[in-house]
Amino acid sequence: MEEGKVLSQSLQQSAAAYVIIHDKFGDALSAFDANETMPFFEVLDTAQWPEIALFMRDHPKLQFNYMACLSGVDYQAEEKVGIVCNIESLGQRNHKLAVKVKCARHGGSIPSVAEVWHTANWHEREAYDMFGMLFTDHPDMRRILCPDDWEGYPLLKDYKVQESYHGIKVPY
Amino acid sequence: MQELERAGMGSVRVTRKGNNVVVLEKDLVTEQMVLAMGPQHPSTHGVLKLECLTDGEVVTHAEPYLGYLHRCFEKCCENVDYPAIVPYTDRLDYLAGMNSEFAYAIAVEKLLDIEIPRRVEFIRVITAELNRIASHLVAIGTYGIDLGAFTPFLFCFRDREIILSLLEWASGARMLYNYIWVGGLAYDVPADFNKRVKEFVDYFRPKAVELYKLLTENEIFVKRTRGIGIMPADVAINYGWSGPMLRGSGVKWDLRRNDPYSVYPELDFAVPVPDGKASDIGDCLSRHLVRALEMEESLKIIEQCIDKMPSSEGFNPRSAVPKRVRPKAGEVYGRAENPRGELGFYIQSDGKSTKPLRCKARSSCFVNLSAMKDLSKGQLIPDLVAIIGSIDIVLGEVDR
Repeated sequence: MEEGKVLSQSLQQSAAAYVIIHDKFGDALSAFDANETMPFFEVLDTAQWPEIALFMRDHPKLQFNYMACLSGVDYQAEEKVGIVCNIESLGQRNHKLAVKVKCARHGGSIPSVAEVWHTANWHEREAYDMFGMLFTDHPDMRRILCPDDWEGYPLLKDYKVQESYHGIKVPY
Repeated sequence: MQELERAGMGSVRVTRKGNNVVVLEKDLVTEQMVLAMGPQHPSTHGVLKLECLTDGEVVTHAEPYLGYLHRCFEKCCENVDYPAIVPYTDRLDYLAGMNSEFAYAIAVEKLLDIEIPRRVEFIRVITAELNRIASHLVAIGTYGIDLGAFTPFLFCFRDREIILSLLEWASGARMLYNYIWVGGLAYDVPADFNKRVKEFVDYFRPKAVELYKLLTENEIFVKRTRGIGIMPADVAINYGWSGPMLRGSGVKWDLRRNDPYSVYPELDFAVPVPDGKASDIGDCLSRHLVRALEMEESLKIIEQCIDKMPSSEGFNPRSAVPKRVRPKAGEVYGRAENPRGELGFYIQSDGKSTKPLRCKARSSCFVNLSAMKDLSKGQLIPDLVAIIGSIDIVLGEVDR
């Protein structure tokens, strides 16, 4: 965090929440990115992600009980794909934080947090459907929007649509 | 039902008498049957398929299958400029196009960090609240149909038509408006718009009361919905529920109040939450009740906006619309309270392109529907219809 910068109130709250998580997990997290539009940190040690998630949800000073959104993202330049989770404390402490988790672009996997926030269940399925990263220990790891026998992962930047699907021409 | 099974009665044939479940036969040997509800089924409100495992009349497991209406919204977004995404957002929740545009505009404006003229904000709120009423009217009307009440549906659609005409007058389209642009509006409202909206408010207020008496207090309707599909508040939050669904579970959470945007902080309106007298908190009736009561609050908001709105003199609805939308590199998660809950847009910009690197729509229906598996366990098949109806899904938003 830059010193001497005046932060808005919500940003201060997010920063305070980050400090609590950082005290517990230390180097498993990246530095806190204090931008005004979406303050976030990245989980560097992905294996610890479910533990961090549970800590965020259950720590009395954090109480991140509500996962608003989980988006898959393709970081083509870094040869990675990842997820961005927007998490907040609904009705308890009213602070927000975004968390990023990344994995290898092909055949990578991220531990699932569907047991921590049920919202993540379908969102992780969607991220798998669109980007191809697997979520380990997910209760129901299937495609959700595309058919089960669809080829490729549509939201990857270099995705090429398949020629035909069950004899139907796909590109138009 | 589960209590009966726990009491060791095996499979039972039951019927509903008042609030009680009456056992007709017990210790039945029944085969598990797979019952596919949808994708073409009137009570699934679109192309949703529910694969139910049933034991007699009881649903033991229901698995939703989605994607029949998947139109690659997010892939389309990556291939068009920021302003060109607005018409696509209409097609997410096609019953509340204004609200979807509003949410998207908020997200991009947050990324651009631009100031919006005050009159634009008021017009946005008026159109969004009108659209909220129209959307709730569809939800309430079709919910009545699901449960066998036909008349309220006709009343709802009659009144909704007036709103659609008003919005058509302002934007040129009945449902897919492309009216709220990034940084402004497509046009100013027509000269007599406020007067006509005021007339509608005066007309609709008694009609909402009539609808309430006709449906919400109807004994048959209450018996079909009260105590059915109860969702406790903490589970609802864990599932990420929002909007009338979450408020139905007794959580007073409305983004217009709790994460205010636009001019909502200046406006006086209540956030209706069921008190447990007219309904059991968290059941289907509570969710319906929140929608029914919310319409009155929307009317209040519209009236205040008309009074407070700055005059149209020297007003250019496009004065703050950027010539080229090219946000600095960064990410944003912008959201707004839609009729169905929290609609959020996660947008990532690389700072160079006029197209977003990633644009994800966090759909309220998608998230609300994900609890279906838990909600449907151990319910009777007719109650399943009541539960789906109370979730009020729009498949355009679920599948995107």
